[in-house]
Amino acid sequence: MAHLRFHLRFPEDKIKEPVLCQINRAFPKVDTNIRRADVREKTGWMDVEFSGDPAEIERAIAGIRQKGVIVDPIELNVVE
Amino acid sequence: MATPAPMDSDKIKGLVCRECGKEYPAVSLHVCDMCFGPLEVQYNYKVIKPRLTRKAIEAGPKSLWRYVDLLPIAGNPTVGLAAGFTPLVPAKNLGDELGLDTLYLKNDTVNHPTLSFKDRVVSVALTRARELGYDTVACASTGNLANSVAAHAAAAKMQCYVFIPHDLEASKVLGNLVYRPNVVEVEGNYDDVNRLCSEIAGEHRWAFVNVNLRPYYAEGSKTLAYEVVEQLGWDAPDHIIVPMASGSLLTKIWKGLNEFHKLGLIDHMATKVDGAQAEGCSPIATAHKLGRDFFKPVKPTTIAKSLAIGNPADGYYALKAAAESGGTMDTVTDEEIVEGMTLLAQTEGIFAETAGGVTIGVLKKLVKQGIIKRTETTVALITGNGLKTQEAVMNAVGRPTRISPSLVHFQKTFGLGNHER
Repeated sequence: MAHLRFHLRFPEDKIKEPVLCQINRAFPKVDTNIRRADVREKTGWMDVEFSGDPAEIERAIAGIRQKGVIVDPIELNVVE
Repeated sequence: MATPAPMDSDKIKGLVCRECGKEYPAVSLHVCDMCFGPLEVQYNYKVIKPRLTRKAIEAGPKSLWRYVDLLPIAGNPTVGLAAGFTPLVPAKNLGDELGLDTLYLKNDTVNHPTLSFKDRVVSVALTRARELGYDTVACASTGNLANSVAAHAAAAKMQCYVFIPHDLEASKVLGNLVYRPNVVEVEGNYDDVNRLCSEIAGEHRWAFVNVNLRPYYAEGSKTLAYEVVEQLGWDAPDHIIVPMASGSLLTKIWKGLNEFHKLGLIDHMATKVDGAQAEGCSPIATAHKLGRDFFKPVKPTTIAKSLAIGNPADGYYALKAAAESGGTMDTVTDEEIVEGMTLLAQTEGIFAETAGGVTIGVLKKLVKQGIIKRTETTVALITGNGLKTQEAVMNAVGRPTRISPSLVHFQKTFGLGNHER
């Protein structure tokens, strides 16, 4: 069981979409745990922990990206 | 993977979450377990204050370690003993050019040993890494940070891994290979390297200086502020212009100034901390201009590669620090960056990398706009050496004048007379 942490950023046109809920349904073996979030009218982000099989988490992340949400490591840029 | 702390000196309280305030021991941890917010070193200022006097600092080594009481190491420094304490250069010629009576340049182009301000943060990070029992250090970098980590690791006889994108320019790769670290070229784009390094930092018992050691690493930047104040005769300037990449440097300059004030080392501190970014990668400065407390990440397109961080980890905190200080932020185009670099070289004899061009370009704008006034004491941070980014000015510096090996030809070419003889 892996625990991976990601920063999810929702573009303005995606803020109203239930993206995480849809991912939970599509990948029931991956648990998502929102730890911090800020959702406003024109911007939204979430810090989320994903727990489960690493390959399944990869697929869930790919699924989130496919829906237009930008996914980064929790540290944001680490290449300096 | 957290590492148990060694016997910490009484000056370090531990780590604290910048968001929720949860406290942790001073281990290799960078994200709060509770809210995933970033962690910061917390000091016991009550212990530090009685022993930290101007006299005690002045009696210290001529390096950044004269401020060891305010750096997050438990014992004596062991890595990068000669880093820091770079010249604060009075810049009369550049001041005259820009319209400033009292301008100084904090010249980290001559930092030891790799000619950039990264030698400060890496010295602190690697000393702390050793205290925490690490024998392997790592970083993800496309430039100055990799140089500094590789050089310091070689001198400290530590194992070293440097992660870079596979399509990085040959000259930048060579600058790392000479120190014999393990240079890992990652097949994939910038985001792939970023993601992989975050995952490696979570899996291996390595000191990833800008990931799991980030709280300690970032503290090294404060020494720039300390040195500026001490070199100004224990006085804080009216303005400090800071180039911004992740935003960490600006937040630490502000923290350093506040610490000196709080500890009574300066009587008065009303410094405005101003941020400078390149237009092609300006998430923080753009948010500031729009009056936002959040930034929109960007894909960088600028010649200022050392500042090209599109999703800056400390962007939010840099916005906050600049606002608290009453400072401002601005941007410059690539053309203005080159102009800034050549102006600095031609007025003060300092060849800075592109980030220096960003700083000087923004300084010029702020003076022109009347935000920095002629009589205000101003310090510009010049954080890296131009020899590392020569390609940026290649087309802006002209060509040598070619002559035949003849005295007459030489004198004729330069109008020096006597060629009739």
